[in-house]
Amino acid sequence: MIKYALQRIVYMFFVFMIITFMSFVLIRMLPLPALPPNDPHTAILEIRREALGYNKPYLEQFGIFLKGIITKWDWGTSEKLYIGRDVWQVFVEKLPASMIVNLYSIIWTIPVGIALGIWAALKKNTMVDYTISTLTMVVISVPSFVYAFLIQYILCFKLRLFPFVMKPGTDYFSWEMFKSIVPPILALSFGVIAGFTRTTRAELTEVLTSEFMLLARTKGLTKTQATVRHALRNCFVVVVPAIFGEFIGIIGGSLIIERIFSIPGVGGLTLNAITGLDYNIFMLSTCFYTAIGLAAGLVVDISYGFIDPRIRMGSKK
Amino acid sequence: MEYEKIPAEKFRFVQENEKLHDTELQTKARSFFSDAMIRFGKNKSSVIATWILLFLILFAIISPILSPYSIWDKDKMYLNYAPYVPSIAKMNIGILDGSRVYTSQNDAQMNYWKGIAEETGMNPVIRSVGTHEVTTKYRGQDVIRYTYDLEINTYYAMGMLYRTLTYAEFDAIQKWQNETGIQVIYPYVEQKDISGITDNPNLWYEVDSKGAAITDADGNLIPVYSTRQEIAGREYNSIRIPGDPGNYIYSYGKSGAVQCRILYYNYYIYENGHEPSFVMGTNAMGQDIFCGIGVGARFSLLFAIFVSAINLTIGTFYGAAQGYYGGAVDMILDRISDVLSGVPFIVVTTLFQLHLAKKVGVVGSFLFAFILTGWIGMAALTRRQFYRFKGQEFVMAARTLGASDRRLMFKHIFPNAIGSIITSCALVIPGVIGSETSMTYLGIVDLSAFAGTTIGTLLSQGNAVVTTSPHAVLYPSIFLGLLMICFNLFGNGLRDAFNPSTRGVDD
Repeated sequence: MIKYALQRIVYMFFVFMIITFMSFVLIRMLPLPALPPNDPHTAILEIRREALGYNKPYLEQFGIFLKGIITKWDWGTSEKLYIGRDVWQVFVEKLPASMIVNLYSIIWTIPVGIALGIWAALKKNTMVDYTISTLTMVVISVPSFVYAFLIQYILCFKLRLFPFVMKPGTDYFSWEMFKSIVPPILALSFGVIAGFTRTTRAELTEVLTSEFMLLARTKGLTKTQATVRHALRNCFVVVVPAIFGEFIGIIGGSLIIERIFSIPGVGGLTLNAITGLDYNIFMLSTCFYTAIGLAAGLVVDISYGFIDPRIRMGSKK
Repeated sequence: MEYEKIPAEKFRFVQENEKLHDTELQTKARSFFSDAMIRFGKNKSSVIATWILLFLILFAIISPILSPYSIWDKDKMYLNYAPYVPSIAKMNIGILDGSRVYTSQNDAQMNYWKGIAEETGMNPVIRSVGTHEVTTKYRGQDVIRYTYDLEINTYYAMGMLYRTLTYAEFDAIQKWQNETGIQVIYPYVEQKDISGITDNPNLWYEVDSKGAAITDADGNLIPVYSTRQEIAGREYNSIRIPGDPGNYIYSYGKSGAVQCRILYYNYYIYENGHEPSFVMGTNAMGQDIFCGIGVGARFSLLFAIFVSAINLTIGTFYGAAQGYYGGAVDMILDRISDVLSGVPFIVVTTLFQLHLAKKVGVVGSFLFAFILTGWIGMAALTRRQFYRFKGQEFVMAARTLGASDRRLMFKHIFPNAIGSIITSCALVIPGVIGSETSMTYLGIVDLSAFAGTTIGTLLSQGNAVVTTSPHAVLYPSIFLGLLMICFNLFGNGLRDAFNPSTRGVDD
């Protein structure tokens, strides 16, 4: 199993390097933004550009870029948005805001989603099941910004329960801050709840009809015992990796929700970098999102193996 | 009863003198397709979704035709104005009347609305929805003042504007006024007569320095129209307002042109030939949202269908090669799609926009971004289907008969897989619409020059004014939400109908 995990990690690393290299070349091929003529940073930035080998072949530039990251964790300097500042520092400042919103949202949505899924599966083909399944379908279909508008208009504007946008500042655990991030948390929650409900329901209905459940009942377990000990454990083989995947996803933030509620997070930074053509920030964002995507897939894959003995045995061959 | 001793003569053959034969099948043979359609018809939610979907598509097709505006008509003044249809507004039933609630209107503001109503004959106040009593101390005495919450017709409330017109325009408007009897040009007011206030063309009466009306003893407004003929720009031989003794001037001379006070509502009729009529209101660009939703939805649907068709083709060939050949080919192709699927979509879109937008246009590069990674899901699906079928006996039989690889792939295996491929396409379309809307909403891709507007652009413009003009975000949201729900229900129903074995299972 360890060997399998290591293989996957190494493979993912290669995929990551290839994507990074492709994006790097494509970004470096773009015409460089002109530096402001009277800014004190301009001279330094020009020297930096020279040192980063902007006129050398791309492969060499990529080498310099990698060397900077490995030796000094240097992701470059912002040339437009935060002129002269270290990109990584800017980025790290933005991370907590994204994370806090996502963290709060999945902490309460995953249990709710799983509970709804279990309920629907146990009451299969009843009114409860139909209601939950239809709502799930509807909620998954509607894009998150539609909820965001509804929440913003009804809860924030009409009822005035919450502030309109996220409170500026870094006191992430104060009551005021919590109150101001309730709307984005809600907006993000619908999709997560629906996703987990759907996965849990689909998986549990399948497990509940399998033959070992019948066996469990015939050997004398009550329905509750059989469901908790056998059905749920088997259903969690699929659900738990999804939870891990979701947790990796929290650092990514949501571009749209961050924009609607003015959350000063990485999503907003990426968007600003794109519209402001700040290539170094964009390069870091690219690497970041790629890494998150790959890591989520990796964690899901590996956790399958750790959770389910059948898959673990299978990988040994 | 004695059963053992039934006499033999009591028995006889049922078909004693008849021929024995099978009965002919009375029912018609059902094809796979019609079978699927019957199953689809039994799924109520999908059928309803299909009808709503058809209605939405019809809406997208005809709303730009029904609307009196094209998407390129951008009114400069009616920005983010509420839904308004004159004929329905006159019925006074509280809908489509262009209304917005103005809270806590005091006496000065009430006089302002009265001023507009008196001068133009169009009363902006539709109704009062609330009265507040405020007690204040004034010179040692308690004074009770009332403020009102009013529903204001924003189209009437705009009132007058200052416009600089050329002589030709000025004369043309006069001529039009004489023909139609609708007054556009109103008497000129000099700033010195309205306490030097420059930014409010709706003042035609005596005001104090704050712009509040100074009324006479009966509470009437006192007109201060200019009568100085020497500053008049051009002769005026058209409709005069009631109470004009004949010496009011209607224009102010500026070198080679005239400045006038015009009533925008009537000027709009002069320009467009009809009253403003926006069923779903206007957006921040002054476009008709009713028309905009139709135009945006047309683009989204066509784009999504186009993208799905291309991705379906690429994905099918790629997946077919992977699934059929297996082994090293499968592995190499799988590595390629692994790398491509690892690139975040936002990065792909951005890079394509930056690199290709100048060469192939914004839409072209957006299309490429969708195609670069969009086919991967389709390829995976095709690959699974090919793995499922390629080992079966009919394939082996065909191979024994000497069928080529290509024939095996596309004549024997592919037709078996086509059901699930086509039905998954119905679920890909809403996905494409969703991503497209997100990207245009975020402003990463700006299609408004090409398509006029898109749902994402409408939403993003509406989002900025959600508190003052909720209609601008409400209608596009409803449309998009319904479209996505119906497409997904329709796609799910189709999938269940074609693959009865996977009913209720989400893969």
